[in-house]
Amino acid sequence: MKTRFLAPLMIFGAMVGLFYFALMQIGQGDYNPRDIPSPLINQAAPAFDLPAVTSDGSVSSAVFAQHQVSLFNVWASWCVACRQEHPFLMDLARRGEVPIYGLNYKDERADAIQWLNRHGDPYVTSGFDLRGDVGIDWGVYGVPETFVIDGNGMVRYKHVGPLGPESWEKKMKPVIDRLKAESS
Amino acid sequence: MVPELGHFALILALVLAMVQGVVPLAGAATGRTHWMAVARPAAWGQFFFLALAYAGLTYAFVTNDFSVTYAAQNSNSQLPLIYRISAVWGGHEGSLLLWVAMMGLWTVAVGLFSRRLPVAMVARVIGVMGLVSSGFLLFMLLTSNPFDRIWPAPMDGRDLNPLLQDPGLVIHPPMLYMGYVGFSVAFAFAVAALLGGRLDAAWARWSRPWTTIAWAFLTLGIALGSWWAYYELGWGGWWFWDPVENASFIPWLVGIALMHSLAVSEKRGAFKSWTVLLAIFAFALSLLGTFLVRSGVLTSVHAFANDPARGVFILMLLGAVVGGSLLIYALRAPAVKSTGRFSLFSRETLLLGNNVLLAVAAGTILLGTLYPLVLDSLGVGKISVGPPYFNAVFVPLMIPLIFAMGIGPLTRWKRDRVNRLLPVLSVVLIVSAILGALLPWWLYGEVPAMAAVGAALSFWVLLTVLLDVHHRTRNAESTVAGLRKLTLSFWGMNLAHLGVAAAVLGVTFSTYFGEERDLRMAPGDSVEVAGLAFNFEGVDQRRGPNYVANTGVVRVTDGDRQVALMETEKRVYNVQGMPMTEAGIDAGLTRDLYVAMGEQLDDSGAWALRIYHKPFVRWIWLGGLLMALGGLLAASDRRYRLGRHGISERGENA
Repeated sequence: MKTRFLAPLMIFGAMVGLFYFALMQIGQGDYNPRDIPSPLINQAAPAFDLPAVTSDGSVSSAVFAQHQVSLFNVWASWCVACRQEHPFLMDLARRGEVPIYGLNYKDERADAIQWLNRHGDPYVTSGFDLRGDVGIDWGVYGVPETFVIDGNGMVRYKHVGPLGPESWEKKMKPVIDRLKAESS
Repeated sequence: MVPELGHFALILALVLAMVQGVVPLAGAATGRTHWMAVARPAAWGQFFFLALAYAGLTYAFVTNDFSVTYAAQNSNSQLPLIYRISAVWGGHEGSLLLWVAMMGLWTVAVGLFSRRLPVAMVARVIGVMGLVSSGFLLFMLLTSNPFDRIWPAPMDGRDLNPLLQDPGLVIHPPMLYMGYVGFSVAFAFAVAALLGGRLDAAWARWSRPWTTIAWAFLTLGIALGSWWAYYELGWGGWWFWDPVENASFIPWLVGIALMHSLAVSEKRGAFKSWTVLLAIFAFALSLLGTFLVRSGVLTSVHAFANDPARGVFILMLLGAVVGGSLLIYALRAPAVKSTGRFSLFSRETLLLGNNVLLAVAAGTILLGTLYPLVLDSLGVGKISVGPPYFNAVFVPLMIPLIFAMGIGPLTRWKRDRVNRLLPVLSVVLIVSAILGALLPWWLYGEVPAMAAVGAALSFWVLLTVLLDVHHRTRNAESTVAGLRKLTLSFWGMNLAHLGVAAAVLGVTFSTYFGEERDLRMAPGDSVEVAGLAFNFEGVDQRRGPNYVANTGVVRVTDGDRQVALMETEKRVYNVQGMPMTEAGIDAGLTRDLYVAMGEQLDDSGAWALRIYHKPFVRWIWLGGLLMALGGLLAASDRRYRLGRHGISERGENA
């Protein structure tokens, strides 16, 4: 067998190897081609003051100062991936590891309330961002997204897409543990 | 009930595809005729159940059965009926079903039109297609079942992506898939020929019409996609070098190389192992395109569900199909002897040049498409490779290619004399160069160098085509009689070449003489672009079946004469809340006027507007249409239809 007839097979094999490597990295969450680094990391969280979804009160960016660390989760009743993420957020809220604030993004209030009634409300409270202005300030380009905010009101981490046990353990929990350790 | 039947039909189709993939190939290997005879009935059975499954899924969409997850994700009760039918292929699962159904259709076509082929060859071809089809059906049933149910069923569906709610996009994917899947026929013929050890002129001749038809469909698919991007995305661009566009463009280029190299293999018995390799690559790159779109390894505007588990499966499928065929190639190709010798100046040499240029072009585009993935997954950094790279590498390759395209058809096989063609071709070249410089000067009063080169190349192709027709008719008793004797494949080839000329002219002129303005306009404002006055008359609200729109009206005048009244819309679709731009276009053969609405700027009624003047932009798609038409004409030449009889006629012109 002449080697030049093997060359196409070998080149193809190398390509398949590369693709497999890339896929494995995506699978482990080490690599996300859609992951655009957020310019907000280690910047002050953009300020907001929004009406709450479920009560007459309001939610502002001041709430973050009340905790060592908290999560800010962008969600909407029209978002299919949020439905996938929701049970995990409920679980997280039950365990009480970290308070979760919500940003209800470009949603109808009645739909949002119905969603929380049906699936449960993991949020301390959710801000109602009908026009999506706050979403723009925070650089939201897809729902769901989750930010980690420290006690000084700084954005420390951003996760794009539904949060799950794996991304929680690997990515978000280490950041939160570190922040808790730093501030105590 | 119907979705379950569809699911069941899909499983039956898989069983038949496996039978179709295994039994005829085993029969051909062991010489058992009755095993080989299984090929056709199995293919027909497989197609029957695929069609049934497809009808079942369509039924779920038409009847708004949102208990089917896939329908709930891609349709909505407000969606007009035509889009509910096309929404079947609007997502990953359904487009996969369409893909496999088309594969079934191609297999049936091969079964019907191959009655005169040797039984073993047909058995191998249909068998290989059955194996490929089994892989896709397994993929669908294991990872992407379109018939999965959701409970409780949602009240209404998530709606079809508004970008896809458009007539252009209704037919773009089917055309594209017809092309992709069509290359599986050329692939199957190549693998069958390798397996049977029969890489001869007959094999090349059988492959040619299938390859050409598949390529013609791919051409239409790409042209439709480009046209859609032009009027729907609101940027006035017609090609973005997006990874997914490249994924269709690379097999298209390889398809052109394959068609030309098949001609050499058939007529002269040369390039054989290279031709086989191209046939494998054309289909492999089609599969690669599928992988890139659906696995999420690359970012693209054409986002399908991004699921690594699916990605691994497609990668395994790709590895099995392409790796397996390349292994067969490595084992069998060394025994292939290319017979035809040719001298330095001959049609073979020019076609070799064609193949080298096209292969290099396809390779560089593939490299540019995969480069960000390589760097990113190695952790080197995020980069994006964009139009500057692609234009810089692609254009210089196309100039010699189109130049050679003018000469190739005029030269003789095997050996030609430079002196025979040099005098007339130098005249044609000089005339083309002069006309190429004159046309932009006459139309636009300026002559940028590259615009002149583009126009000159278009004239070069046009004049050499006319010269070719003249050469072939000058010995006939009358021109009409001479023209009537020319074959369909001759007309097809020249039509396709003229299509290239038209596209080149369109690309060149719309690039160099287009005008683009982004402005803020309040109602009553007027602006002059390309010598025409664009008057913004205001915006009113409209309600569509499943969206609300702000419709802007722009009146275009030339002095006192009204040239066009254009409407552009900013739509918000009810369900997904996604804003969409509908461009207002006044189309013309020599220029398009193009208006697209941006955002509302303040409450006074001022809007951001984009106004473009695009000369000859329509020629790009017109060129694509001519190329596809040429391909279809060439494939319907009678010598492909005459079976045994035709073989004795093999000597006639290409």
